[in-house]
Amino acid sequence: MSLLFAQLLTGLADAATLFLVASGLSLIFGVTRIVNFSHGSFYMLGAFIGYSLMQVLPGMFGFWASVLLAGVAVGLIGVIVEICVLRPIYRAPELFQLVATFGVILIIQDVALFTWGADDLLGPRAPGLTGIVRIMGEPVPKYDLALIAITPLVLFSLWYMITKTRVGILVRAATQDREMVGALGVNQAWLFTGVFFLGAMLAGLGGAIQLPKGGADLLMDFNILAAIFVVVVIGGMGSLPGAYAAAVLISVLNVYGVTYIPQSTLVLMFVVMAVVLMIKPFGLFGREEVAGEHGQVGEPERPIKPAGPRGRLMVAGLIFLLALIPLSGSNFAQILTTDIITFALFAASLHFILGLGGLVSFGHAAYFGGGAYVAALLVTHLGANMEIAFVLAPFGAALGAVMIGWLCMRRTGVYFAMLTLAFAQLIWSLVYQWDEFTGGDDGLVDIWPAAWLNGTSVYYYFTMLFGIGGILALRHVAHSPFGYALRASRDSTRQAEATGIHTKRVQWAAFSFAGAMAGLAGALFVFSKGSVFPTELEIAKSFDGLIVVFLGGVKTLSGGVVGAASLELVKDVLTRFEYWRLSLGVLIIVVVILAPNGIVGTLHKLGERLGMTGKTEDR
Amino acid sequence: MSVVLRVDDLSKSFGGVQAVKDVSFSIEQGELLAMIGPNGAGKTTCFNMLMGQLKPTGGEVFFKGENLTGRQPRDIWRMGIGRTFQVTAAYSSMTVVENVQMALISHHRRIFSFLPFAHKLYKEEAMSLLDLVGMSDQAERHCAILAYGDLKRLELSIALCHKPSLLLMDEPTAGMAPTERFKLMQLTSDIVRDQNISVLFTEHDMDVVFTHSHRVMVLNRGELIADGSVDEIRNDARVQEIYLGGGNLYQKAKAAKHD
Repeated sequence: MSLLFAQLLTGLADAATLFLVASGLSLIFGVTRIVNFSHGSFYMLGAFIGYSLMQVLPGMFGFWASVLLAGVAVGLIGVIVEICVLRPIYRAPELFQLVATFGVILIIQDVALFTWGADDLLGPRAPGLTGIVRIMGEPVPKYDLALIAITPLVLFSLWYMITKTRVGILVRAATQDREMVGALGVNQAWLFTGVFFLGAMLAGLGGAIQLPKGGADLLMDFNILAAIFVVVVIGGMGSLPGAYAAAVLISVLNVYGVTYIPQSTLVLMFVVMAVVLMIKPFGLFGREEVAGEHGQVGEPERPIKPAGPRGRLMVAGLIFLLALIPLSGSNFAQILTTDIITFALFAASLHFILGLGGLVSFGHAAYFGGGAYVAALLVTHLGANMEIAFVLAPFGAALGAVMIGWLCMRRTGVYFAMLTLAFAQLIWSLVYQWDEFTGGDDGLVDIWPAAWLNGTSVYYYFTMLFGIGGILALRHVAHSPFGYALRASRDSTRQAEATGIHTKRVQWAAFSFAGAMAGLAGALFVFSKGSVFPTELEIAKSFDGLIVVFLGGVKTLSGGVVGAASLELVKDVLTRFEYWRLSLGVLIIVVVILAPNGIVGTLHKLGERLGMTGKTEDR
Repeated sequence: MSVVLRVDDLSKSFGGVQAVKDVSFSIEQGELLAMIGPNGAGKTTCFNMLMGQLKPTGGEVFFKGENLTGRQPRDIWRMGIGRTFQVTAAYSSMTVVENVQMALISHHRRIFSFLPFAHKLYKEEAMSLLDLVGMSDQAERHCAILAYGDLKRLELSIALCHKPSLLLMDEPTAGMAPTERFKLMQLTSDIVRDQNISVLFTEHDMDVVFTHSHRVMVLNRGELIADGSVDEIRNDARVQEIYLGGGNLYQKAKAAKHD
């Protein structure tokens, strides 16, 4: 009993950091509608800056001053990010901004590596709070008690600021109707900047305040990212008490989980999230989102037409050129192109549901990695032929997508995105922790193609056949009645339902089809590498897909493919340099600012302006 | 004439608010029935219940003898009822003709077809529907850049896709210029007459109502307070009381013209 209570206290103390960081994310999303992927990076910077300050400022006063100053410093960094990176692209299509924040993650990673080095830093203990207190006979660190006391204070001050002050009223008004607030004479730009300052500051405080319990390392940013998204979703988007309740729930369950069911640690919070969303669709304290809020922002998409003779000729020419590559005899070029085609198919499948369906999936890697693992598991455990494993892989991924899609399809918008993320993480942690079956962290190796395909050039043509075939199939379906029904469901659910289209069923089928195609890409991948590791199922892999789809142009048919090819090529060049993340991050942000319609979309416009392509009517 | 739609004691309450209370009426084949009433009278709530967007808290709706209460909008559409919205809803990423083709594809149950090119399917049928509402010259235009009145006409042609025997139009002329209103309603009544379709529509413009409808129902605070011919309604004391605006102006204007 006393142990249970002590564990409860540990959980409450852990909740402090989670709440601080998550409430910042929630505020930023609520007001600006930006899904800030770089929030974990702000948290990491808070820890590093706090650490450095604590080396300089002595004593108890110095410790707490360092925490506060770290928060302010990170807040100011947030302001810089908002002004330089996000402000130029507020008018871009919805969620486009998350690409820019991804660029920020990369930059901050390299800046942190450059400034603080690659070693993990052990956080200093808080002066005056180093000891323990015995509560019901169990030792409880004094610092934990301090954290337990501080968090409700922060919650209360935030709540007071939001509900009682003028700034708070503006923030809440902006959450509900930005346009109206602008019309009433409020300078939105500065309101957004202010909210970014506050949000980033909370993340920085969270990073600094956990130093005595954790420390600072370069993996903090991604490690906390999933957790804070989960907290925000469980609590309800934009609800501070919700974020607190969810942070406590997750932290306490986590403490118990570690003690009693250690295998559950990675999955636990996602299971909790899935259960909460099944019962309370908008989180514990969230309200239903106003319909249309997540509709298409900015210019509507142009009508699509199948490629004309000129377009087909160009594609045929490109395929012909690709087919010539093995003749050059360069192994490197063939392997690079194989990677590009595989990744392009993955991106095209994500683009299919994201662009045409308007369904933002944050967990598409589950089907890519899923396909790869299905093939690898068949080969490893059943000794299946490569051919059979290859054919079954897309079906395995599709089966997963059918089940996960069925569960996620009940929600829309950000909640849908978060559910897909949760299930992807669930699959990842399953693979990661089930050592004896999936090989865990060591992955599955020795998954080679059949003898007749075992050769770089042969496999290259094999990849071309299925990879490009898959991309063309996705493209064709976009022009088919099914693709039109999918776009109709996205454009106006109301009209589609009122003319006999079962929109959820159409979207569910599209989600499963996209899953199958991602699985095909995964199967191509695993046999080209000969191995597969849990990294192929990670959030980072899902994000890679999102980034290239947006970068290529979400409102254009070929956006995914072009984005994937460009990023893969650029990465190949940049990774040869030491600080490649920094350069890639800067490059992404530059592209995002210069080409807010994505690469293909912007090229289209440029072409129109130069009179090269048929001009569509202007508004 | 035969009854197309019969509504029995339809009711809807939102929490404590009784939005629609025991409304009963029926529509006959080929009839143009107007539903009028001040804002908040429950007209749109009625419509949403007839089309399945809302579940009634009481009462039943029969279409050609078949109970449609509580069915999904898409199922009700399949039974042969078309609808247009108060706020237009078209597929903004498609061309005008593709919008119509989409509805035709759905009507012919080809949604889950993956092989043919959608833009080639039922093109002629779609063009003749557009021709009917005078939109064929704009068929290839991008839907997002259409003028508001044209969108309304496009919606009408979409609603006619599956040859409905009943058309529900929620404020078909809202937000249109006066001359446009008359054109659209004239077009509607012509089509209705030619194809023997029944129409139930809501409208705030009494000129439109009195010129084009065969029968008028008046809704106030969720209750049906009058149901009769145009002349009956116009001379109904209660209706005049509630409609102190529209009806009186119409009469004054008419009197002024006669002077």
